[in-house]
Parts: sequence; C-alpha cells; structure tokens
Amino acid sequence: MTGDIIMAGFGGQGILMIGNLLALTAMEEGKHVTYFPAYGVEMRGGTANCTVVVSDEEIGSPVVGRPKGLLIMNGPSMERFLPMLAPGGDLIINSSLVEERQVTRNDIRLLSVPADDIARNRIGSRQMASMVALGAYVALSGIVKLSTVFDCLPKVISKKYEKFIPLNVNALKEGAALAGFHA
Amino acid sequence: MSALAAPPSKRLLKGNEAICLGAVAAGCRHYYGYPITPQNDIPEYMAAHLPALGGTFLQAESEVATINMMLGTSASGKRVMTSSSGPGISLMQEGLSYMAGSELPAVIVNISRSGPGLGGIAPSQGDYFQAVKGGGHGGYRLIVLAPHSVQEMYALTMLAFDLADKYRTPAMILGDAIVGQMKEPFVASPYDPASTVEKPWALTGCAGRERLNVKSLHLKDNEIEVHNWRLHEKYERIRKDETRAEPYMLDGATIAIVAFGTAARVGKTAIQWARKEGIAAGMLRPITLFPFPRREVFELARKVDVLLVIEMNTGQMVEDVRQSTPLHDRIAFLGKPCAMPTPEEILERIRLLAGRKV
Repeated sequence: MTGDIIMAGFGGQGILMIGNLLALTAMEEGKHVTYFPAYGVEMRGGTANCTVVVSDEEIGSPVVGRPKGLLIMNGPSMERFLPMLAPGGDLIINSSLVEERQVTRNDIRLLSVPADDIARNRIGSRQMASMVALGAYVALSGIVKLSTVFDCLPKVISKKYEKFIPLNVNALKEGAALAGFHA
Repeated sequence: MSALAAPPSKRLLKGNEAICLGAVAAGCRHYYGYPITPQNDIPEYMAAHLPALGGTFLQAESEVATINMMLGTSASGKRVMTSSSGPGISLMQEGLSYMAGSELPAVIVNISRSGPGLGGIAPSQGDYFQAVKGGGHGGYRLIVLAPHSVQEMYALTMLAFDLADKYRTPAMILGDAIVGQMKEPFVASPYDPASTVEKPWALTGCAGRERLNVKSLHLKDNEIEVHNWRLHEKYERIRKDETRAEPYMLDGATIAIVAFGTAARVGKTAIQWARKEGIAAGMLRPITLFPFPRREVFELARKVDVLLVIEMNTGQMVEDVRQSTPLHDRIAFLGKPCAMPTPEEILERIRLLAGRKV
C-alpha cells in the first residue's frame, strides 16, 4: 500500500500528533515512511500541517505537490490545500468546523466527519477530534491497519496521559465507523 | 560509548536528532550553541543528554562566542560541535577562519534557512557558496558534507568528526530545514571510526614536556606563505582522497540530475516517475560538497545528453558543475530559492529536456 497525505488545521488540534502516529504505525508495519511537519511559527491558535508519505519502496521526496489524501480540520486550511489534492484523492473534512460548501471540487472522494461533535458528545473530550478524523482516514484509505494504530498509541502518548489511551481507541473507532469500517 | 550510542531497534527519528545521536556516538561531549529555527532540536537534545554523560552543554551569549568556545575546546584535543542556521553561521565566520588557520578540528552543523539577511525560516540551499568557498577571510576550505536522509544525518556526522580530526580542519554538515525537521525510520549503526588519530598538538598541560602553541598568527619572514602552501597541499589531499558521491540509476541515463541534500531527495522521486515513462533519467548526488566530485561530473558529462542541476537557490553549485566539465551546452539548471521544488516540477523539466510534449 502506497499513499501520501497532508493533514492541516489549527495548532493545538493535534495535527502533528496524528501525523506522527500514522508515520509510526506505518513503520511498525514494515513500510517505508516519511513525516514532515510544518515547523517554526506553529502554536496554539496558529496553523499546523504535516505531510506523511507511506510506501513499500524507498521514498524519494518527503514533500508532495499532489497528495492522494487530505485531512482538513479547519476552514483556513481548506482554502490553502484543497487545490493541491490529486484528482480522485480522498478528502476528509472536519465538518464540525468546515462547511461542505467550501469543498469546491467534485473530482475527489469526500468524507465529512463531524469530528469535534463526535469527540465532544460521544467520546467526552473535544481534544479527541483529530483522532476521530485519523480513524476515518485510515479506514477510508486502508493505508495502515487500524489495529496497528491502536498498538502504537502507547508510543506517542506519554506515561502521564496513558489513562486516556482507551478514549483515543474509541475516537479512532468512531471515525473508522463513519468510513463504513467496524473494528 | 554511552548507552545512547547504540540503541538496537528501528525508531522514527527526526533528522536533527540523528545528528545528535551521531555526535554522541562519535564521542562528542561538548556542544555550544545559540537558538535559531530550524535547528533547535539539536541544542534541546544536547542540553538534555550531554551533562549526564559528563559533557558540557552551554548556551552561549551569541554565535561569535560559540565558535570561540569551540576553538578553545578543540585546542585541548576534545571533540566539539555546534549547530546553527544561516545568520548564526555568518556570525561564526571569523572564528571559523581562526580555526582553519590554527588547524583545529570541529563539526559545525548548518541547518539552512532562507536568506540573505534574516531571510525566513523556509528551507534553502542558499548557503552553498559560504560553506564551500571559504566563508571567512584569508583563503581556507571546510570539509562540507551534505546528508539527504535521517540515516545519513547520523552517519555523516560521525564521518565529519573523523575527517576533521584526520585533517585537522573544521568540517561542516550542510543540511536544510527539510532534512532537519523530517522524521524517518532510523537504525543506529555502531560507530566505526574511519581512522583513529592521535592529537600530539593538543594543549593538555605542559608538565613534563615542551610547551605547545596553537595559533593562526604568523609574523616571521615567509612563515605565513609557507603556512598557506601547507594548507593548500592539505586541501588538495582532501580533494584527492575524500570525494564522495552517490550514483543513482545512472545506467544508460541520458539525462542526469546533479543535486545534493533535499533537492536530490526530491529528484529521486522525479527520476522514478520519468523511468516509468521510458525516459532514461538518473542522478549524481554529491555527498561531499567540498571536495566537489569534479572527476565524476567530468566523466558523467561525456556520457549523457543533459546534466540537470537542481538547487534550492538561484544557482550556486551549478558553477562548480561548470568548472568540472568543458561541455557547458549540456548543463541545464532548475533553481527554486527558499522553497522545495516538487517532484512534479522536476518531472516536467525532465520531460521538456527529453523532448516530450507536456
């Protein structure tokens, strides 16, 4: 399985966290992977984005001009990144914060995920929104196995917060279910 | 070596951190620096780990102070490293010239950002001239290594220490924001020194032996001229023995990219795509920028139709390519200052050069 994705949203939404988790998961599955975060001026309330490339072969470029996947957690990121998505690519939007009418293209596969609403109402923590979105992307794309993502959670969540791992698992499952996948 | 030196398994690691692991594995216990994006992971790691290993981490008051602290540490025979980015590296040039003149080894890491001036934090290869042509005053060379992967950030840092010691000269790792910030699977190979060098010149206290002097000042008749010729002869030896380049898919290639670091990395993807379209593209990737792989470029230019030089600047290494071959009409250039060319852009240029309609 080969794929690449740009993930983008507000700083503090957990964009770099889920990108890192996806990259780690791909590595655990024995794939080649690169993870490139936006760096420098990112902070809570600013913008954050990262690019993850997964391949069965050695990866050249860690940046992509036409990603096959796009995960958009806020409105401003949509304007910036939607034009880049490859035709036929997967677009996951956080429909709690992004309006579907902002999706000005019809040559792509759209999955609307009310990530903030699900995180708040069904998981009990709005901070889990990015995990909901990641679950949806993983299920839709099949880029890695959802169960491997679960296995990798303890590697990206510090000991101090390990009691929240079950919440993260639930969030990933809720997202995956929206893509028609039931773990 | 420390427990840090050889963690056994594969892990997802940032390029900047791989430099730190390489330095620590190679026995570097002294690091001085001053914060600047996009290399702050390096001082962060060194601050967290060097004191526990019995070493020194010091945030200096400026990069001018940093490089002079390095001069002193190196003169005592210890391995020492600093890291910075464009503006900070500029501030170090005076001290670098003193170290080159005093023949003191050290490793300087430049995770380049955009310039000139304060520029920006976007990735760039605009510091090529500064790195390979001397940088400071008086006529000297640094050994300059250009990693293009996280694994190479580690390996070339270890090599930089070995070469610096072997030739008694400062060595630079010239990276950029992308190879510094990206994460990749990484396996720490054990440190296998390219050569072990005694340092009889080191200032270790003169009890029981003659006093030693490490300096770059030469006022006696003829002394500075002799010194310059000796340095020149050393740089010629480095050119002869230490040139490194990676040939990539050059078998039967008619279009050969010449690129280093991140630009080479992106170029590899474009080459894979071009080959799928039946275009015979390949690459020569300089790993050492000084010494530049002149002979390799000379020979390659005779075999291919086009040398496509790609840089994240408006054209610097391309001058060294031109110096390496008389076949200037075969040289094409794709530059993108302060930004990364995408594989799509490179492929488009390759198609044009191959005479394909786009």
